[in-house]
Amino acid sequence: MRRAAPWVVLALALAFPLAMQAEQTYYLSFASRIFVYALAATSLNLILGYGGMISFGHAAFVGTGAYVSSILLSEGVASAWIGWPAAVAASALAALAIGAVSLRTRGAYFIMITLAFAQMMFFLVNSMKAYGGDEGLSLRERASVGLGVDLGSDFAFYYTALAALAAGLYGLHRLAHSRFGRVIQAIRENEERAEAIGFPVYRHKLACFVIAGAAGGLAGALLASHGKYVNPNVLHWTHSGTLMVMVILGGVGRLWGGVIGAAALLGLEDLIANHRVDWLAAIFPNYQQHASLGVGAALLAIVLFAPEGIAGMLARRKHA
Amino acid sequence: MSWILIVEQSLNGLQFGLMLFLLAAGLTLVFGIMDMINLAHGSLYMLGAFLAATLVQATGSFALGVLLAIPATAVLGMLLEMSVLRTLYARDHLSQVLATFALILIFNEAVRIIWGPDMPLSVPAALSGPVQLLPGMVYPAYRLLIIGVGAAVAGALYLLVARTRIGMLVRAGASNREMALAMGVNIPRLFTLLFGVGAGLCAVAGALLGPLFAVQVGMGENILILAFVVIVIGGIGSIRGALVGSLLVGVVDTIGRAFLPLLFGIFFQPRVASAAGPAIASVLVYLLMAAVLYIKPQGLFPARG
Amino acid sequence: MTRQLLAPVLVWAVTGWLPLPAQAADKVKIGFISTLSGPSAALGVDIRDAFLLAVKMNGGKLGGLPAEVLVGDDQFKPDVGRQLAERNIKLDKVNFLTGFVFSNIMLASVPVAFENKIIYVSPNAAPSPLAGKQCNPYFFAASWPNDAYHEAAGQYATTRGYQAVYMLAPNYQAGKDSLEGFKRFYKGTIAGEVYTQLGQLDYSAELAQVRAAKPEAVYIFLPGGMGVNFIKQFVAAGLSKDVQLITPGFSSDQDIIRAVGDAMLGTFDAAHWALDLDNAANRKFVAEFEKEYKRLPTVYASQGYDTALLIDSAVREVKGRIEDTEGVRKALKAAKFQSVRGSFRFNRNQYPIQNYYLRVVGKDSQGRLVNKTMGTIFKDRGDAYVQECPMK
Repeated sequence: MRRAAPWVVLALALAFPLAMQAEQTYYLSFASRIFVYALAATSLNLILGYGGMISFGHAAFVGTGAYVSSILLSEGVASAWIGWPAAVAASALAALAIGAVSLRTRGAYFIMITLAFAQMMFFLVNSMKAYGGDEGLSLRERASVGLGVDLGSDFAFYYTALAALAAGLYGLHRLAHSRFGRVIQAIRENEERAEAIGFPVYRHKLACFVIAGAAGGLAGALLASHGKYVNPNVLHWTHSGTLMVMVILGGVGRLWGGVIGAAALLGLEDLIANHRVDWLAAIFPNYQQHASLGVGAALLAIVLFAPEGIAGMLARRKHA
Repeated sequence: MSWILIVEQSLNGLQFGLMLFLLAAGLTLVFGIMDMINLAHGSLYMLGAFLAATLVQATGSFALGVLLAIPATAVLGMLLEMSVLRTLYARDHLSQVLATFALILIFNEAVRIIWGPDMPLSVPAALSGPVQLLPGMVYPAYRLLIIGVGAAVAGALYLLVARTRIGMLVRAGASNREMALAMGVNIPRLFTLLFGVGAGLCAVAGALLGPLFAVQVGMGENILILAFVVIVIGGIGSIRGALVGSLLVGVVDTIGRAFLPLLFGIFFQPRVASAAGPAIASVLVYLLMAAVLYIKPQGLFPARG
Repeated sequence: MTRQLLAPVLVWAVTGWLPLPAQAADKVKIGFISTLSGPSAALGVDIRDAFLLAVKMNGGKLGGLPAEVLVGDDQFKPDVGRQLAERNIKLDKVNFLTGFVFSNIMLASVPVAFENKIIYVSPNAAPSPLAGKQCNPYFFAASWPNDAYHEAAGQYATTRGYQAVYMLAPNYQAGKDSLEGFKRFYKGTIAGEVYTQLGQLDYSAELAQVRAAKPEAVYIFLPGGMGVNFIKQFVAAGLSKDVQLITPGFSSDQDIIRAVGDAMLGTFDAAHWALDLDNAANRKFVAEFEKEYKRLPTVYASQGYDTALLIDSAVREVKGRIEDTEGVRKALKAAKFQSVRGSFRFNRNQYPIQNYYLRVVGKDSQGRLVNKTMGTIFKDRGDAYVQECPMK
């Protein structure tokens, strides 16, 4: 049963669009957005959950991917086969540069320096007049994959995003069970011990950081194509915070943590915003504008009482 | 470029740095001694400002309003510590980051619901306006007050930490917590007290900066980042580091913003200078932090050697 | 493992199987998306309140048809705004989209409207590219072109004969555009042109430079909290006694006044509307708004109100046949309504041609801080980008 579960989910995900009527492409678009955020959150989960590195700068890599792919598109390079690998390469490079400096530090120092780098990129991109600056960059078309497929259709994009997410999850699964993955987790549990045993800690952490950055870059490229718009806010540290919330909500260090967290947070936001709960509105009018109070309370509750996130809770109940 | 301008900018840097110190001091102590990353520190600063704004309106006196806001915020801080934060001491840093991040969200909305998005708070009439320091040089009176209060609090904090028994306990706890515990120090009460002091310092900064900065929801986040930069540069757990770090950040940020575009204008073409100057100035503080950490990954004066 | 995935599947199941709303061609549906939470919420709340007030005063109708206004909150995030726009257009099948406060959030979402031939009427954001090269038949600006207030301020500085003006704006696209707009009409000497950081709190360094430069006036474009900080510090430094502060209208409106307080007295600003504009529509609007919401309306509110009246006039012109998009467009362009700002008509790029006034912050008869009209700066001004627009 456990082995079959991912396949069941995949089948459901593949079948979902076919059940939608033609006008309901909105839900396909919404689901695509969840997939892309799930990929971004999963890439953060690699560093955060498996690697134990608290990085507040992950938005910098998602943002780099988004901007590189958008700039290429706006300069006439329409093919995704060039644009997206370029985005991944750029983010990996950024992760290498930022990681090389940041990973010399540990703990709170690491958190701060990753945050600082993200802020630096945010300010620099903001002053880039050529690519829209604060007003952002609007794209006329999504990237094209050729093969007779038009990514402009919500249908096609849905499957593309799903494919990317599936690839990311598969990659994480294989990585976590590989020797590299086990070393990373050993480093997370006790860095001094791992060093004493003789593992090249710095190199492993850096490699992990770069892989996660690259995956984040892909998510960024997809995000830019999905919305056909990119803006410096995607690099802001609060965006890193949002990704972190998704990971902790879903289950840090668990394979499906990013997916569950993204679906839960985005789904919750949509529910609160668009489906008015009348009895709640009677007690607390305008509650929909104070949604972040609920998100904050939920997050606090999860951290205090259910630190393993939704995935953890469900797994524990199964074994109890 | 006159020397008057240089002196004035230096005073500005000093003033900003001293206020940052008030925030950084509380933050570094909590971090250094309780080993807790507290992102909600900025929220206490915001509460201090809002309470001051309310009390100033209620009492009609600036001094009274500010003075009352300090113990009020300290009490709220201690209540927060005893209820929620205490459970986080034993947890890992990630949980602390996330829990206190959640507190930021909760506090922001709670303040918005109770007070609204902002509150007016003005410089008291007696202090609004410049004061002649030297012939040809004027400086805003209110900022002089801030420098005075900031220096006084810094001095008092130094005396407290270096010369009193409580300060000794604090320093002991910062350098070796287990030993301090083993020696019989009542840790829970010390921590609560410490947190209260930190919250009080936040209130002083929030109330004093309130008339100059917008008293609005979310005001804590911007200054929180700077405070973290300060303690990282100065070394976590060290008051001396917090002081040096905050003065450094205050001066670099102010002078950088003032003179870097001019400097660039000398060496580069106007087009490049006008684009690059402000861009680099805005990240100068972060570059400073990266540089310090590259040379000394634990900050300038780490508490634990 | 199956149960781990129950949560997202449930979310899908709930949202995916929701019944589509029944199609009703006998009412007009408006998708209203704005920034209703977060630090900049006051602006969006004002626009929404005024829009809903106009609908209410019209008996819940626009142009004779019952109006259904779907209000959404973009939370100041472009992708959330876009998600809502997609929902409104694809799922709720709105007839008009409106509401955005900020250009960057709007620009992420309006393409969805344009692609689906839904008309967007802007109650605030009106960026220059959409006035010029990228003008679009489905975009109507019921506010003012983004540069307009800056141009008017620059014109005022020229007319008033200020010899030296010091300018400040944040270092981003809108900041640079704003000072370009000011310089387009200001013909005197520029004592300084400084770009500050976005979100900067402390302006002591800049103020010291202002003092050293000794200008006659200072023009700032510092939206939101930045402006509040600057003005407070400007006054605290004693500079307001020697140097005249000029701002664009939205930087001196009721929301900023409330946050700054008495320090704002004597500030000049340029805007297309003021509380005391003497026409019947405005008098009614201000009175009703204050009665309903117990606060004075800002310039944003006036724009939200006008947007509703504009849509109302268009629906009335086509006699309720809103499916005829071309007809609605022509009706909107004709703009046959009584605007609270007095005279209003559209340029061929569907941006307004209107007057701009000089205002000063003073006290009204009840001792409240308000903007009072001091004079007219521009009469029937359009915008600088219309020549680049290919629309007729």
